[in-house]
Amino acid sequence: MPLDQSFVGRVYAPTAPYEVGREKIREFADAIGDANPAYRDPEAAKALGHPDVIAPPTFAVIVTSRAAHQVIMDPELGVDYSRVVHGEQRFVHTRPIHAGDALTVVVTVENIRSAAGNDIVSTRGDVSTVEGEPVLSAYGTLVVRGAGA
Amino acid sequence: MTEVGTELPSQSFPIGRADLVRYAGASGDFNPIHWNERFATEVGLPNVIAHGMYTMALVCRVVTDWAGDPGAVVEYGVRFTRPVVVPDPEGAVLEVTGVVAAAGEDGLGVVDLTAKVNGQTVLAKARATVRLPAASAESP
Repeated sequence: MPLDQSFVGRVYAPTAPYEVGREKIREFADAIGDANPAYRDPEAAKALGHPDVIAPPTFAVIVTSRAAHQVIMDPELGVDYSRVVHGEQRFVHTRPIHAGDALTVVVTVENIRSAAGNDIVSTRGDVSTVEGEPVLSAYGTLVVRGAGA
Repeated sequence: MTEVGTELPSQSFPIGRADLVRYAGASGDFNPIHWNERFATEVGLPNVIAHGMYTMALVCRVVTDWAGDPGAVVEYGVRFTRPVVVPDPEGAVLEVTGVVAAAGEDGLGVVDLTAKVNGQTVLAKARATVRLPAASAESP
């Protein structure tokens, strides 16, 4: 059964603040095998003009995917999570995330459509600091595979 | 000055099960399709598959290594078109190339990326927008 179109435009409440720590950034950089000193050495990051170590461009997924789960797990929408796969992802940064940021995400449902027996849900997560400084927007598309797919 | 058509140094990334477990821990994505072969095959996958976001992160390294400052990447997007299957113990090898597709007066460059496993592309529309070095040197 197609998903409820009336969810398009729905805006979810801001997520609880996520505090970005140096060691979490290092752990993430290690996991993607990236030795770039901007992720690890505050002095190297400062030499590039950043206030502290910065996070890799896709680090944002840690906060934005949890935020998007508000939509996917919304019992009113009724998505079968076991059938969800990632379709597209895009990050548009106002500035890099850096250690010391306390980030909150406001998720908007941008589109819901059906194609080839699948439901396709597009969300936008606007990430800002708790002080209200915009940091990035994350555009994600999740595909809910239909029974025949 | 960066010119359109400039090829970025290509890179290849071996991916094994341990890498997926480590990425699961770092990212918080513990979906068992990324580490449990029994579960993955039960839901119709050929085997354990890599996190799409892990592939996306590895592909971006071609851009951040080239740019030097990872903070120069202002926009980065991909479409996931084919799962990266990671059998044990063989693993998979992700081959990534990039080329400058546009370089504007605004100091921004666009890099088109190609990611292949076993000769087959796994991403579409993989593209990063980067502040080019000359411009980033002038920014505060």
